[in-house]
Amino acid sequence: MKEQIREVIREHGRLAVDVDTLADDADLYQAGMTSHASVNVMIALEDSFDIEFLDSMLKRSVFESVDSIAAALTEVGVPA
Amino acid sequence: MADFRPGTPDQEEFLRELLGAGYLIESGVPGVYGRGEAFERVRLGFDAKVTAASEEESPEHMVFPPLLPRRQMEDVGYLQSFPHLACTVFSFDGDEEQAAEQEHRAAAHEDWSDFQEMTDLVLKPAACYPVYPAIAARGPLAPGGVLVDAGGTYVFRHEPSGDPARLQAFHQREIVRIGEPETVVEWRNRWRDRSLELLRSVGLDAVPDVASDPFFGRSGRLLARSQRAQELKFEVLVQIAGPEPTAVASFNYHQDHFSAVYGLEMAADDGGDTTAHTACLGFGLERITLALVRTHGLDQEGWPAAVLAELGI
Repeated sequence: MKEQIREVIREHGRLAVDVDTLADDADLYQAGMTSHASVNVMIALEDSFDIEFLDSMLKRSVFESVDSIAAALTEVGVPA
Repeated sequence: MADFRPGTPDQEEFLRELLGAGYLIESGVPGVYGRGEAFERVRLGFDAKVTAASEEESPEHMVFPPLLPRRQMEDVGYLQSFPHLACTVFSFDGDEEQAAEQEHRAAAHEDWSDFQEMTDLVLKPAACYPVYPAIAARGPLAPGGVLVDAGGTYVFRHEPSGDPARLQAFHQREIVRIGEPETVVEWRNRWRDRSLELLRSVGLDAVPDVASDPFFGRSGRLLARSQRAQELKFEVLVQIAGPEPTAVASFNYHQDHFSAVYGLEMAADDGGDTTAHTACLGFGLERITLALVRTHGLDQEGWPAAVLAELGI
C-alpha cells in the first residue's frame, strides 16, 4: 500500500524533493507540498484505491506523511 | 445556475427597509442593487478612512477594471477553489441568421446560450488578483518588498441571496503586501489590529476571528480546514442581520501561493530562499455600510456626531 501511496504523491504532491528520499513519517508539507497539491493527492488517492475518505479525514494532518495517509486508508478498509 | 439562498426573516426585513429608505435600489436580481446617495456617502466615507490610514505607509496606488483576463483566473487555481462563485464572460459568435435566432429567443426570454462563446475575460472575483502579475513583471523585489493600494473596485461572486449583506456585486477595498515572509506576516497582523480600531471608531462592535474561505465541495473542506489550522485567514466580524455576525474585513496570508504562479521573488542577497510571500487585506465596503446603518439607524441625521465626523459626513 505504501508504494502505491508514494506513487500518488510522486505524481500529484509537487514536492521539492523526490518522495523516495523521504521516510514514511517525513512531513510532506515540509517537503514542499502545498494545500492545493494535497487536494490533488487526496482526490488521486480516492481514485487509486477506489475508496472515499470520511468527512472527518479531510484535514491537513491526515495528508501529512505516508504513514498518516496509510493509517486513514486502513481505517476506510484498504488492506495493509 | 446557483440556487437562490433566502435570507432569514430579519435579513429580508432589513433589505426591505434599505430599499424603502433609498439606500439600495432594486434591480430584479437578488444580490445586485443600485446604491442611493445616503448609501454612497457612507461607503465613500469609510473608503476614505482606509485610504487615510494606509497613506502613512506610502503605498503605490493601482486601479484595475472590474474584469480579469480569464487566464489569470485559470492560473491562480480559482476554479479549483471556488468554481461555484466564478462568473465567466461570454459573447455572441455567429452569423446574421444566428443573430436573428438569438434575438428571437432572447425577446421571448428563452435560452439563447447556444450562440454564446467564452471570451478571454471573467468578472473579477477579488480586487487583489491583477496586482500579483503586475508586480511580478517588474522582476525581483528590493528588500522590504512592495505595498500596493488596489483601491475599492467592484468584484463579483455568483451567490444569489436574500441577505442584503451577501451581494453578487460589491466593492472590495484591498491593500496588498508582497515581501519577505516575516515582513508580510507582521504587516497582516498589524492591519488586523488596526482595522478593529478603524471599525470601532465609527461605532461598530467589531471582533476578530480565525476564518476560512468558502472553498467548494469535499476537497474544499480539506482546504478550509488547512487554512484554519495554519491561521492563514482572519476576519473581522460585526453583527448586521441574521443569527451570526458577518465578516466585514479579511486578512489573508497566501504564503507562496501567488509567488509560485507568477514567480514573485526578492532580489538575492545571501543565497538563501528568495521566494516572496504575499498577503492582502480587504474591507467589504457594502457590508461596513450596512453594519453602520444597522447599528445607527436608517436616519443618518440621527447618527452620533462623532461617527458622522469620522466618516466626513
